[in-house]
Formats: sequence, C-alpha cells, structure tokens
Amino acid sequence: MPRTARTAIVGLGQTPQGKVYDRTHVGFAVEAVRLALEDAGLRRDDLDGLLLNPGLAWGNVPMGSFMLQQALGLRDLRLSAAMGLGGATAAAMVQHAALAIEAGMCSTVACVFSDRPLVPPEERRGAGGGSASSYAFARGLDAAYGQFGINAMYAMVARRHMHVYGTTQDHLGSVAVAQRAWANLNPAAQFHDRPLTLAGYHASRWVVEPFHVVDCCLVSNGGVAVIVTDAERARSLRKPPVYLRGMGQGHPGGDPGETLTSGAALAAESAFRMAGIAPRDVDVCELYDCYTFTVLVTLEDYGFCRKGESGPFVAEGRTRPGGALPVNTGGGQLSASYMWGMTPIAEAVLQARGEAGERQVPRHDVVLASGNGGRLSTHATLVLSPHPS
Amino acid sequence: MSAKPVPAIEPAMAPFFAAARERRLVVQRCTACGALRFPAREICSECLATAAEWVPVSGRGAVFSYNVMHQVYHPGFAAEVPYAVVLVRLAEGPKLISSLVDCPPGEITIGMPVEVVFDDVSPDVTLPKFRPA
Repeated sequence: MPRTARTAIVGLGQTPQGKVYDRTHVGFAVEAVRLALEDAGLRRDDLDGLLLNPGLAWGNVPMGSFMLQQALGLRDLRLSAAMGLGGATAAAMVQHAALAIEAGMCSTVACVFSDRPLVPPEERRGAGGGSASSYAFARGLDAAYGQFGINAMYAMVARRHMHVYGTTQDHLGSVAVAQRAWANLNPAAQFHDRPLTLAGYHASRWVVEPFHVVDCCLVSNGGVAVIVTDAERARSLRKPPVYLRGMGQGHPGGDPGETLTSGAALAAESAFRMAGIAPRDVDVCELYDCYTFTVLVTLEDYGFCRKGESGPFVAEGRTRPGGALPVNTGGGQLSASYMWGMTPIAEAVLQARGEAGERQVPRHDVVLASGNGGRLSTHATLVLSPHPS
Repeated sequence: MSAKPVPAIEPAMAPFFAAARERRLVVQRCTACGALRFPAREICSECLATAAEWVPVSGRGAVFSYNVMHQVYHPGFAAEVPYAVVLVRLAEGPKLISSLVDCPPGEITIGMPVEVVFDDVSPDVTLPKFRPA
C-alpha cells in the first residue's frame, strides 16, 4: 500500500569536487554541512542528528561522526553514527535519518560524505596519492598473483556478464558515452568540456580489461551533505521539499559472479512497493556507477529491462540526453565527480527540484537514486519526488 | 627489477602453503557439513561449525572468469603488463584467484579447462598456478 511521504530532503550542500586540495576530509565535511544548511534555510542549531559516511581519508577513525560533531560545533544531538556499506552508505544514511525522524527520535538530520584520497602532485611520494593508487589495495595471495584493487574485482564480474549474456565492449562504452553527453551539459562536471565518442572510448587506455579508464569512476576530493527532516517542516523551508517516497535495501551475500545480480533486485521490492510504483513510472534514474558495468546490471535488477539485455537497452540510446529513460543526468561518477553514493543523490535532488539547468529533464515526478557497494553486494534505493504522494 | 610481493604465511593458511611446497593443492573442508572452502575461514559459513580439516583436491578445474591487468600497481609486475589474472573454479567447487601459465591473455576463454602447476617464488612460498589442460 503506497503511503504519503513523511520525510523529505530539504538541503543539499556540495563543495568543489575533483582535484581540489584546499581542505582536509574533515574540512570538506564541515563545508558541505554549512552549504546544506544555507540551501535549506536552516540554522546549525536546527540539526539534532548527524550521520557520516567516512571516505578513505578518514582511515579507521573509530568515532567519525563524533569527530565531525566537534568540528561542526554541534550540541545536543539525538542521533549520531558513522556508517559503512561502501557505495550504498549515502542512500542508507538518508533512510536511517528518515526512520529516526518518523520514530520521533530526532527531527532534522545531516547526512554527510567527504573524502580526500588525492594528494597534490608536488606532495606525492613514489606512486602514492594519485587516482590509480587510491583504490589499489590488495592483500596476501591476491597481490602475489597481481590482482590489485577494486577495478580488478569488478572486471571479473563484468567478464562473466559478457560471457553469459553476450554483453559487449560497445555496450560498456555506450554507458560511458551517454553519461559523458550528460556531463557536457553540467558545468560542475570534471569532464564537462571533454566530449566522448564510442571511437574515443575504444581508443582510451586500458586499466584492466574489460575496463578502459573511462569505464571506471573518477577519484575525487570533496564533500556532500543532505539534510533530512519531517514533511511538515520541509514545507516551511527555503527550497521545495524532495520527498522520500520509497526506501529499500538489498544485501544478497554470496558471490555476485555466480548470480550476476546486484542488491538492487532486492532493494527495489520494498522501495517500489512503498512508493506504489513500477519501473515504468520512473522518470529519471541516478544510478550508482562505480563502473559502466554497474549501471548495466543495476538497470536489469530494477526491471527496466530483462536480465542480460541491458547492453542493447543502453546502446539504443535510451539513457542519453533526450532518451526515454535519462540515467545519471549530471554525468555521474564516471564523468562528473565521485562522491561515492552522494553523487547520485545530489543529482536526484537537483532534478526533483527542477534546478538542474541545461540538463534538467522535463518530467521529474519520480526520481530513482541508488547506492551500490562491495562488488554488487550492498544496495540501497531511494524513490524521490517533488510530490508527497 | 623489483620483486613481486610474496604473501606472508598466516597461521590459518599455513597448511595450504605447506602442501603447496609439496606440490599438493589443498582446500579446507568443514568436518560437520562437508562444505569445501577457500581461503581459510575459522568457522564454516554454510553451517557455522568450527571444526575443519585440509583436504587434497584434484587440481583440475575451469576458468570461471579473468581480467587482464594493464595498470601497474606494484613495481614487481611492471615488466609483465598486460598480464591476466584468472579466477579458477576447481572441479570440487571452490574458486581460487590465480595465474594462468603457458597461455597468453588473448587466448584465455571462460570455461577453458585448466590444471594446477606449482611455482616456487621463495624458499618458503610456493604458489599454485594453472595451465591449460
């Protein structure tokens, strides 16, 4: 039974993103919250909840949200946590904020991501601090065989998908090309002024086959915050509310190389049921895109096409500007900026509000935002809308 | 030329490395439910029993998936790029990340049958690798 939304995103704060070095990871987080408060027309004292997705630069800090609370000078919080579900964390934070607000534990929650994996070129020692090294961790036997980093792990799953379903390099490339076309309409995108054709895709260097460099997300410094509050208060604030119509999570466990299915299939069930929608009702998708391949699998698992048919679905142009199902309309993490799961949420908020400028899609009544982590193994879904029901 | 990383022999994996030095491939087997697993776990994720033993496997299997690494992440691999990393599914079920010898990356296909070989990479560490069978 679909329900009327009881919570909404009311503030969005985004620091400059990419090769920006003028703040630490904590500084980016504070700045993002300040910008989100300003966007919402809220004061710092209005916040009584703080959720943090600490990026790589936070290291293994045991109490990240407390550290951020102190940096922000926040008093008397009623909700605080650092969360770790990889790329699904951002959407999961928004969900936990909404649940706590609905339960009456707190009223207004900032959900924050920040990271600073990139080190200025002049400060780098050896190979460290660049985009290639940031996610290159490997341990024990994997390193002995030369299997380094997240790219290599996803490449194994993508290769299976190509083998089982006939997905091609052109199909992967068509995701990169479509998203770059969106980025070319987004002045804030890191690749705003760099067009990409399918020929350019094939000519770009390999990182780990089947992934060219443009199959892989960017590595970016920066911070993003969103503020969640109850629907009634949301209507009295500066910006139009972006209502949380549906929420879901899916964490399938097991080996995604066997199933070639992400947590989206599970997460969609509750999110779509709560919102009372079917895939055909979605106007625009902001899908977590650590790789081109992730977008393909996610489209399948939400039911926009059948399993194994995402390659042709995208290659036919549906997700491009002007296509029937706009996907990753800011350029996404492949072409705009990599703020983990906050990149899709931030763009979803802009689209739902109608604030996306040249890239604004005409129909934005139902906006789907997804987060994915752990090699297709964690997933969180938000169904967002400018309308409460 | 820089050396490749050699894995430290952690106690949980010591029987695996001891067997590899003797040219035997072993995986862990839960003595409660019989499930095979690799790498080592302290508790069976199928039935949550703690007791386990290391048992020999045939060393035969098939390529489940692979990638071809072009980016150099460790100087020990700088002279080898592009090189393939394979995920082998053993005939008995468990999957292992490994290398495929005697086969250029362009000739690897998913499903191709492979068999284990052993590569002494240090006095203490022998790595199981695979070749086309």
